[in-house]
Amino acid sequence: MFDELRDLYQDIILDHGRKPRNFRRLEDADLAARGDNPLCGDRMELWVKTAPDGTIADAAFQGRGCAISMASASLMTETVRGKTREQARTLGETFREMAMTGTCPDCQASLAGEMERLTPLAGVHEFPSRVKCATLAWHTLNAALDGAGEASTEGGEP
Amino acid sequence: MDGLVRPALDVHRIREDFPILATKVHGKPLVFLDSGASAQKPRQVIQAMTRCMEEAYANVHRGAYHLSETATAAYEAAREAVARFLNAARPAEIVFTRNTTEAINLVAHSFGRGLLKPGQVVLTSEMEHHANLVPWQMLRDAGLGIGLRFVRVTDAGELDMDHLAQELAKGDVGLVAVTHMSNVLGTVTPAARIARMAHEAGARVLFDGSQAAVHRRVDVQALDADFYVFTGHKLYGPTGIGVLYAKQELLLRMPPFLGGGDMIESVTLERSTWAAPPARFEAGTPPIVEAVGLHAAVDYVTAIGMDAIEAHERALVDHAMRVLPAIEGVEILGRAQDRGGVFAFSFDAAHPHDLSTLLDRVGICVRAGRHCAEPLHARFGVENGTSRASFGLYTTREEVDFLAEALTSARRFFAGKAG
Repeated sequence: MFDELRDLYQDIILDHGRKPRNFRRLEDADLAARGDNPLCGDRMELWVKTAPDGTIADAAFQGRGCAISMASASLMTETVRGKTREQARTLGETFREMAMTGTCPDCQASLAGEMERLTPLAGVHEFPSRVKCATLAWHTLNAALDGAGEASTEGGEP
Repeated sequence: MDGLVRPALDVHRIREDFPILATKVHGKPLVFLDSGASAQKPRQVIQAMTRCMEEAYANVHRGAYHLSETATAAYEAAREAVARFLNAARPAEIVFTRNTTEAINLVAHSFGRGLLKPGQVVLTSEMEHHANLVPWQMLRDAGLGIGLRFVRVTDAGELDMDHLAQELAKGDVGLVAVTHMSNVLGTVTPAARIARMAHEAGARVLFDGSQAAVHRRVDVQALDADFYVFTGHKLYGPTGIGVLYAKQELLLRMPPFLGGGDMIESVTLERSTWAAPPARFEAGTPPIVEAVGLHAAVDYVTAIGMDAIEAHERALVDHAMRVLPAIEGVEILGRAQDRGGVFAFSFDAAHPHDLSTLLDRVGICVRAGRHCAEPLHARFGVENGTSRASFGLYTTREEVDFLAEALTSARRFFAGKAG
C-alpha cells in the first residue's frame, strides 16, 4: 500500500529512527543547545564535546520526535565527529540545501563522503511539511556552536 | 424513545453536494477525515457566496441605495438564521466575529474586563482548545486581579463533575468557560448540568461550541447558556466568520471590544457613544459574503437535520470504536459515554507525523500533533501528540474501514516489511 514511500523511509532511516545512535546525555560536553519544533512537538537536547584542537570529539542527543527527526539527529551525531566547527557548519548548510531541493550541487569534494551518508534523507524535499523534521538537528547544532543555547523552527519569543 | 422514526441521512447523495470529494490526492480518492479542523463546503454554500458577489454586493448598514439595502437585508437575514439555528430568543443576541477564537477574546475582553470583579475567577478545564485557554490566561495576567483555575479531566476523558462542584463551592467563580465537545476526545460535556451548577454558584457560563454545534442540535435557551460560540468554517460554511451568542442582558451591559465604524452611536473628536448590541460588537465592515455563506450552511444542515447528522456520526464513531482498537498498537484517547464524531489515537508503530505522511499517500487526511490542546496531551501523557480522525456528515463507513486497513498496513511498513 505504501511502497512508493520507501524513498522517504529507507531502511537506514527506519533503523536510525527506531534505534537512534548517540542517544545519551554527554556529561562532559562543553557546548549544548535545545531544539524545538513547536508545531509538531519535536524536541531535542544536543551536547557537543570539542577536542583541544577544536574539532568535535563527540556529539550526542536526547529527545522525542518522528522517525525523520530522530534519524536525522542520529546520523548527524555520527557524521560531525572529528570535524572542525567550520566543517560541521558547512555540512549543515549543504544538508539543508539538500533537504529542501533534493540535490546537492555545492557538495564539496572534501565532504562528499559525509554527505553521502546523509543522502538517505534527501527524499524529504518532496514533503514540504517534513523538511523541518530533518533540519531541526542541524539548526540545534548551529545554536550549540554559536553558544545560543536554543533553536526553534518557529522563532519569535513565546 | 420519542417514538419518531429518525430521518435517515443519504450520505451518497450528500457527497454529491461537495465538489472537493470528487477530487483525488496522489491519484487516490480523497478520504477527508479532518473535518474537525475545517469542514469541506457544499455547492449550496459556494453558490450562495458567488451569487452574493455577482448580484447583490455592497457594504452594509451604510448606503441609502437599493444594492446596499439588499446586502444589509442578506446580512441581517444570516443573523436571523443563526438565531433560529441556536434557538436564541432574538437575533440581536447574535454577534458575528471572525471565528470562535475572536468570539472568546471578545468575551474575555468585554465581559472579563468590564463585568468581572477583582478576586473573581474564570474556571475552565484541562480539555480546552487553546482558543478557550489563552484568552483567559491573558485576562488573568492583565493585572485586574482576576484568577484562573481548571477543572480536571477524568481518565475516561470526561469533565470531573465532582471537581467542578468543588471549585464552584469556593464561591469566587465569575465565569465557567468550557467546551461543549472536546476537539480531541470527542467528549460531549453535560452542558445543561454545568450551566445549572454555575448559575447556582452565581457564575456565568460560556460554551465553546466549535465542535458541538456541528455534530448535534444546540438550543442555547434549553442549555441556559450565557455565552455560546462557534465558527462557520467547521459547519460547512466559509472561513472568516464566527458566532457569539450572548444573552441580551449581558450584551447591553458589556463595553465594546474593538472600536471603529459601525459600532458607534455618535462620534466627536473627543469621545464616542456606543451603538446598541449587536452592532456595538461589530466594528468595521463585517464579513458580509461570509455571513451569506454561513446562512447557506445553516440552511443546508438544517434541511438534512441536526438529529440525523448526529445519528449518522454516532454510528460511524461506534463502528470506529469497534474496528480501530482491534488493530495492534492503536490506542484511543478517552472513552467518554457521550461523544461526537471526533477521536484521537496513539499508534505504537509510528509517530503521528510519520503516520500522517503515509496515510496522505493513499488519500487519507488526518490531523497529526496536539490539535491545539497541549495541556490535554500532557494530561494523558502523550507528549508526541496523537493522530485525530474527525467525521462530517459526508463521512462513510467505508472510509472508516479504509482507515483501519491503512493502519494495519502502516504497521507492517514501519516494521520494515512490505506495506
